Amino acid sequence: MPNTMGLMGKKIGMTRVYSEHGGATPVTVIQAGPCVVLQKKTVAKEGYNAVQLGFSSKKDNRLNKPESGHAKSADKGGFYHIKEFRVDDPDNYELGQEIGIADLFKVGDLVDVNGRMKGRGFQGVIKRHGFAGGPAGHGSKHHRAPGSIGCSAWPSRVIKGKKMPGHMGTNVVNKKNLTVIDIREEDGIMLVKGSVPGSKQGLLQIFTK
Amino acid sequence: MSTNIIDRIDREQMRFDMPDFRVGDTVKVYIRIIEGTKERVQVFEGVVIRKKRGKMNASYTVRKVSHGVGVEKTFALHNPRVEKVEVVAEGKVRRSKLYYLRSLRGKAARIKEKGRV
Repeated sequence: MPNTMGLMGKKIGMTRVYSEHGGATPVTVIQAGPCVVLQKKTVAKEGYNAVQLGFSSKKDNRLNKPESGHAKSADKGGFYHIKEFRVDDPDNYELGQEIGIADLFKVGDLVDVNGRMKGRGFQGVIKRHGFAGGPAGHGSKHHRAPGSIGCSAWPSRVIKGKKMPGHMGTNVVNKKNLTVIDIREEDGIMLVKGSVPGSKQGLLQIFTK
Repeated sequence: MSTNIIDRIDREQMRFDMPDFRVGDTVKVYIRIIEGTKERVQVFEGVVIRKKRGKMNASYTVRKVSHGVGVEKTFALHNPRVEKVEVVAEGKVRRSKLYYLRSLRGKAARIKEKGRV
C-alpha cells in the first residue's frame, strides 16, 4: 500500500468515453469521497504521521458505544468505513474536515487504486499461477495438470511455497498508475482509465502519487 | 442509483442523430480522419452486414468489394469521428447477420431492394 494521502470510494461500474479526437477509452466510474478526518496521528504520540478518514456515514442508532465515542471529536457522526492514510504533516488537516475529490486529484493525474479482488474459489494452476498446461491433443493426457512438483528421494518433500492449485481471489490488490480521465465534482465521481479490483459497490482506496 | 450515473455518462456521449438504417441497407459512412496535420472526410460506402446492440457498445459493420477484394469496417454507433451516415438504398433481407455475403461474388452477392409501398 502506498504511503500517500488518498480517499476511500466505491466502484460504480465501467463504461467507455470518447476523447476529443475520437479514440474510445475504457473507464471505471468511482464514487470517491467525501471523507471526513476523524483522527490525526503524529510521530510524537503514535510514532508515525497519518490521518484517519471515515467514508459512507452511518446512522446514529447503528453505532455502538466505542464507535460513537471515537466519532465524537470530529462531530460528523459515525462511518461504515474507517481507514488511515499516511501524510507528511497531519497538522494540514483539521478534525471534522471534509475532503472531496477535487482537493486531492485533478484530470490527468496518476493514481493507485487499492481494493479487494473478486473471489475465484478453488482454482487450478493455469488460472491461479499462469502455468502453460499440456498439449490438448495428439494422445496427450496432460491437459491442465501442474506437472512435476519436485524431486524424488532427495529432498523427499515438496519445497515450501510451491505453486499449486488452491483458493484464489479475495485478496487486496493494488493497481498502480491509472490515469484520471475526468472528475465530476457535482456527482462526487471520478473516471479512471482501465479496470480496478473488486466488484461493483466494492470499497476502494484511491491514493495520490 | 449507481447505474443511473453510468447511464447519464453514456447518454451525454450518445448520438441521437443517426438515421434508422437496417441490416441489408446500403449506406455511406462519412469518417473524419487526420492525415498528418490535415483533417479530411473519407466516405466508406457498402452494405450493412451486422448490427450489434448495446448502449455505448453498439456497433455496425459495413462491407464493400473494392478492386475485387472484400473490405469490412466496423464502426461504433456513437463514435464522434463519424460525421454522418447516409442511407443510399434499403435492402430486403431475411437474416440479421449477412455473413453469407462473404462467400458470394458478383451477381450472387446482390441484395434485393425494398419495394416502395
